[in-house]
Amino acid sequence: MARTISYKEAINEALDQEMTRDKLVIVMGEDSIGGTGSPGEDDAWGGPMGVTKGLYGKHGDQIMDTPLSESAYIGAAIGAATCGMRPVAEMMFVDFMGVCFDQIYNQAAKFKYMFGGKAETPVVIRTMVGAGINAAAQHSQMLTSIFTHIPGLKVVCPSNPYDAKGLLIQSIRDNDPVIFCEHKSLYGVEGEVSEESYVIPFAEANVMRDGGDVTIVAYGMMVGKAMDAAETLAKEGVECDVIDLRTLSPIDMETVLESVENTGRLVVVDEANPRCSIATDVSAQVAQQAFKSLKAQIEMVTAPHTPVPFASSLEDIYIPSNDSVAIAVRKTL
Amino acid sequence: MKQNIIPILMPKWGLTMKEGQVTEWIVKEGSNISMGDEIIEVETDKITGVVEAVDVGMLRRCIAETGKTYPVKSLLGVLADSSVLDSEIETFIEDYEIPDSEEEDADESALKYLFTEVDGLRVRYADRGSGDSVVLLIHGFGGDLDNWLFNLDALADKHRVLALDLPGHGESVKTIPDPSISGLAKFVCKFLEVVEAPSAHIVGHSMGGAIAMQMVTECPESVKSLGLICSSGLGPEINSDYLQGFIEAQSRRELKPVLQQLFADESLVNRQLVDDVLKYKRLDGVDDVLRILLAMLLSETETNLSDKIMALGKPTLVVWGEQDRIIPVAYAQNFSASGVTSVEVEIFDSAGHMVQMEKANDVNRRLLYFFS
Repeated sequence: MARTISYKEAINEALDQEMTRDKLVIVMGEDSIGGTGSPGEDDAWGGPMGVTKGLYGKHGDQIMDTPLSESAYIGAAIGAATCGMRPVAEMMFVDFMGVCFDQIYNQAAKFKYMFGGKAETPVVIRTMVGAGINAAAQHSQMLTSIFTHIPGLKVVCPSNPYDAKGLLIQSIRDNDPVIFCEHKSLYGVEGEVSEESYVIPFAEANVMRDGGDVTIVAYGMMVGKAMDAAETLAKEGVECDVIDLRTLSPIDMETVLESVENTGRLVVVDEANPRCSIATDVSAQVAQQAFKSLKAQIEMVTAPHTPVPFASSLEDIYIPSNDSVAIAVRKTL
Repeated sequence: MKQNIIPILMPKWGLTMKEGQVTEWIVKEGSNISMGDEIIEVETDKITGVVEAVDVGMLRRCIAETGKTYPVKSLLGVLADSSVLDSEIETFIEDYEIPDSEEEDADESALKYLFTEVDGLRVRYADRGSGDSVVLLIHGFGGDLDNWLFNLDALADKHRVLALDLPGHGESVKTIPDPSISGLAKFVCKFLEVVEAPSAHIVGHSMGGAIAMQMVTECPESVKSLGLICSSGLGPEINSDYLQGFIEAQSRRELKPVLQQLFADESLVNRQLVDDVLKYKRLDGVDDVLRILLAMLLSETETNLSDKIMALGKPTLVVWGEQDRIIPVAYAQNFSASGVTSVEVEIFDSAGHMVQMEKANDVNRRLLYFFS
């Protein structure tokens, strides 16, 4: 039955149900169990944020703690995937991905293409993205477009608990490598989630709100900001379509284009830095494919082109806000 | 004097409704209202419906503004005899407070959805109201007990009303042990035993109607009467394009036009409705279940259960939407033409296959009359 649980619990439940369904699904990462060998192992941490808490007690032989060596265990997970396992590796912060880039973009992403389609790499790399908890410049980045740049990788970024569960189950069952981006500021967000297992297909954007005047495209934590802005704007008589991309690669441009062809106005909201981002990509595709429908310049709302500041007062300004979205929408009118 | 003032409140249609938008006052301030008159139209995130008068009187005040959204149980208007003073009405409006919902929420969540097991399989159901007689509501292919959103509580005023999610549907188990009309009928008979309802007025919609009819064979003592709403099993024709389309639709875009076939007024299919169905379709096991049921429905189209019910003589009410695009309304008209006395027929205009939603008030009234 559907009940209200958090984004974090939804991810935990997806892992739990998939590990039960298929013994080949394994979870590995730094402190994924946490405290192995200690007396309190059943109540161990379950990752730095407790996302995998409780899984060790239920699936002891499908979950392992790894050394603090991302290059080694991400490589191991990719290798295990090519050999038939379905590993879900947890990369604590997306910011650390750099140390295992060869494994990800030059190996996992390439196997299917370089072995004539005979090799499959059904690996999921779960990772925390985004700012908002004063974790400073090396633990707060929104590095989504680094992965969307690479063919062969799928990139997912859920904005709410229902999507988090369905998209993670789809990611695990998918036969390609998936970078599953969990926004750390959303872990506590609650929403209605079915207790049963379900999947949400990739490349299906979610139209969160029908407006007709302006199209707002967002993903991850920015979806909530876009929805709040749309609420404010509705009081001013401006009705917005709000589209949650949900998956960034593959991306559902059809839904975006359909909306822009109707509204003629586009605002793209992206928490990432402004250059070569999801915002620029969506803007470019719309400019190219729906230029004649546009009645105003495309607006982008992004973070500035700087590292994420540590000071919380600065971090607050750094992250695009409801207001900045609303201002951008007004500019298109 | 307060008892002479009758408040018109924002209704609560279904469990999840928290607020509704007033779209139209159907009657003007100062009009005299009879019982059952349609007063005001309300739109929820699920569907648009009409609030009817539950008493007589003059519509003294239209408080709610068209286009505005109000929480459930908000005071929308006031009905009172012309003898009631304006000042009394003013006082009533000023004093009116929306009842504290917390206590009620606790009550409701207990009533909300219940779960039990039939043959060891999880079944979700609703159990409302009380009374000497029991009414059981059975939904159709791909539906769930929320298809009775506008019927459950209205019928529960006078009866104990049960509605279940059939196996493979809603939040019940996602397998069907015996995927045949007779297998499902046996399952529902057992469900009645589990919930200690020895006999009931059985109301079935679409495939649920065929199940209801089959129950007359499987557990005749449980069937007090039959309410068949746009029922399958009365003739060979069924819109297989709809059934196939329902299964194949993988996205909102594909599903919406399919669901629109269910209603005479296609605008009733809003995003929430499409989303709810899509969420259901994406649950593990549902796709398999629906394909098995489809094969069964298409292979059993030759089975005509109507002769059987006429032979057994159970009181039967056949209800149809004139614009039903899934199962032809002709099957109801056949009954009217046949002159069988044990079968009453009611056909509602401006309604499609989901007549119990589109013409909820009319269908409820007709069912209550039939049960009495």
